[in-house]
Amino acid sequence: MLRTPRPASLLANARRAWRQSLQLRVITITLASSGALVLTFGLVVGGLITNGLVNAKTGSELQVVRDGSASASAQLGLIIFNDPQLNSRVDSVLKSPSVVGRDQEVTLALLPDPSNTRLDDLEHIGLPDELTGAVHDMGFAQQRTYLDLGPGTGGRKLYLVFGRELDQAYLGKVQLFYLYPLDDVVQQADLVSNTIAITGVALVLMLGLVVFFVTRLVVSPVRVAARTAQRLSNGLLDQRMEVTGEDDLAALAASFNQMAENLQRHILRLEDMSRLQRRFTSDVSHELRTPLTTVRMAADLIFNTREDLDPVVARSAELLQTELDRFEGLLAELLEISRFDAGFAALDAEPANLGPLVERAVDRLRSVAERAGVEVEVDVPADPVVAEVDVRRVERILRNLIGNAIEHSEGRPVLVRLAAREGAAAVTVRDHGVGLKPGEEKLVFNRFWRADPSRARQTGGTGLGLSISAEDARLHGGWLEAWGAPGQGAQFRLTVPARAGDRLVSSPLRLVPTDFRPPVDAEPEPWSASAAPADEFDRLDPHRPASRPPAPRARDTAERPSSPGKSGKTARSGGAAARALRAARSTVADRGEPPVAVEPGDVDA
Amino acid sequence: MRARVLVVDDDPALAEMLGIVLRSEGFLPSFVADGERALAAFREARPDIVLLDLMLPGMSGIDVCRAIRAEAGVPIVMLTAKSDTVDVVLGLESGADDYVVKPFKPKELVARMRARLRRGEDVAPELLTIGPGGNQITIDVPAHTVLRNGDEVKLTPLEFDLLVALARKPRQVFTREVLLEQVWGYRHAADTRLVNVHVQRLRAKIEPDPERPEVILTVRGVGYKAGTA
Repeated sequence: MLRTPRPASLLANARRAWRQSLQLRVITITLASSGALVLTFGLVVGGLITNGLVNAKTGSELQVVRDGSASASAQLGLIIFNDPQLNSRVDSVLKSPSVVGRDQEVTLALLPDPSNTRLDDLEHIGLPDELTGAVHDMGFAQQRTYLDLGPGTGGRKLYLVFGRELDQAYLGKVQLFYLYPLDDVVQQADLVSNTIAITGVALVLMLGLVVFFVTRLVVSPVRVAARTAQRLSNGLLDQRMEVTGEDDLAALAASFNQMAENLQRHILRLEDMSRLQRRFTSDVSHELRTPLTTVRMAADLIFNTREDLDPVVARSAELLQTELDRFEGLLAELLEISRFDAGFAALDAEPANLGPLVERAVDRLRSVAERAGVEVEVDVPADPVVAEVDVRRVERILRNLIGNAIEHSEGRPVLVRLAAREGAAAVTVRDHGVGLKPGEEKLVFNRFWRADPSRARQTGGTGLGLSISAEDARLHGGWLEAWGAPGQGAQFRLTVPARAGDRLVSSPLRLVPTDFRPPVDAEPEPWSASAAPADEFDRLDPHRPASRPPAPRARDTAERPSSPGKSGKTARSGGAAARALRAARSTVADRGEPPVAVEPGDVDA
Repeated sequence: MRARVLVVDDDPALAEMLGIVLRSEGFLPSFVADGERALAAFREARPDIVLLDLMLPGMSGIDVCRAIRAEAGVPIVMLTAKSDTVDVVLGLESGADDYVVKPFKPKELVARMRARLRRGEDVAPELLTIGPGGNQITIDVPAHTVLRNGDEVKLTPLEFDLLVALARKPRQVFTREVLLEQVWGYRHAADTRLVNVHVQRLRAKIEPDPERPEVILTVRGVGYKAGTA
């Protein structure tokens, strides 16, 4: 048994077909508009023809009616009132040739005027009151009307009726009507209408067919083009359209193919370039590393025998050794960066417990920390924090962040904290060193960027570590962000999704550290970093910059007079304090807008 | 006894420098500069360990590695300028036991070689059995033989060490880092791909279906353990 589709789904199908098929739309519109046009045309022409025929009939019979009614008036004048044979006399008058005229089809009727009370036995034939009234009022009237004149007259049909009022001496006012049947006129008009209707329908159908073929002619190449474009975008770069003829559609196909060819050439060229770049990276890697290995081994050999050497040569051996280390590090990181640039870096993600990972990274930098006199504190939750990460890359990020913190902490403790929340894990590395100046939160991730070029470097950082870390984080679909305030240290936060490929919405840890003290004299405001609600760190997401108040520029400090010794707190206007606080809050680094930090003058309070 | 080392490297300066370092560390090095002659040199020198550059003229290092592995289980340490996953994994899969990335420190290289050469000095008689009933793996540690349902299986020394490490403590889960330390002798955790590739190689030899291992089981997110009956 066939299931009949529900009307709702039928309607939905029709709607979808209407939306999706240009052809259907064009055909429907053409049929509807041409159908309406033909219908109007038929009605107008039918009406015009009928009118024309009726007018001709009217013209030809008007004189007959005039002459006949005059003759009838004369004959009726002979009839006296109360004549017992009134009806037969009237009949004979109405049948006399001088009254009837030549047309045998005509029917005559004599009716008393509506005002005539004396004649009430003349038969009524159902003429409209409108007509009899008009005859009474104006003496003469004509109308087309449908009447049934009794048996033998062919039932109810259209008549052309002329009526004339005759004022008779004995009979009083009577109305004489000539009723001409309009059969032939109606027939002719019907014939014309039918002809118009048939040709109209045929015309509309033909038009529909023509439109169907024309649209198909246009639409099918467009559909082919759409399909081909789809395939092209799916990577089938050698897909082309068939070009036939020299018309517009052929031109479309030809230019489409040209586009596809250019596209293919460009893509292949880019692929070639990328391949070359990778080959180059790989070759440079090999070519540089082999001689470097020899140099390294030779330097090691010399370095190990430095006690036996002349002090100057021994020192040279030491320098050679340390600079080789630096050179190696730099080369390795350059190659890593170029791998990212070539799009050759791949994520090798597997579930890993981040707690031991963090602890291992810290352990490995213990010796560096001890040398710098820095205490590294680790805060890892008791429960395992498992996330799908590329262990090698996350280790590298942690190494970079912790090493960086140790280098810049100036002997103060460094805190490494790990936390997880639904769908995300985060590590923050906090130091209490010189901190970051306004705008530096973004710059730290730039290649070869240095906080202060004039400052002597303590460790052999290459200037590429944080850039590589940022790339590593991005490869995870994670975030690497920085926060800092001058004199208050800095905090870096790495957030990675728990499952590789998931999108991050928030981080389990705050970017602005909890121990950060904004200027205490500032009026507390609802969004201030210290009095922030629990969800503050969510609002600090770089992907939701809308909730952030506009950051003032650093020129605030230039405008403010410094007032050392005096009670600078009260001297400062409330507005300036609020600005300072706002500036402090907006030290959050993000990749969207330039962040601004508090100047040292503001934080000392 | 001084260990014989075959150095397969096309860079004359590096080869000479390696010679100086290896001799000073008490090895007996011999050299070959291209892949075509590497196998012949190997047969002639019968080294205790091979240092193999992956990029060689003639025959590629990967092919040399396969050819040597087909003949002997001698430890092979790759010298590679590439640290990309593909290159390293390809090298390990072709049979290398370990690798060092150029530029390496001489001490690092020597430590890697010593770790691969250190073996079987003070082995007490020990017979280990792992695997489910239908696929019993019996390991005779001092005799360096492995029997699978009574048939001998040829394992390289490294594969043998890996299997013994797992079999000595069945049911205990070993992280890749612990295995790297116990089997490869890395004091600091290094590249865990080494473990992954060698576990694959080992499974290919002792598992009926390496895709669904029964003897060496993966513990997702942690590491590996030996399966028992």
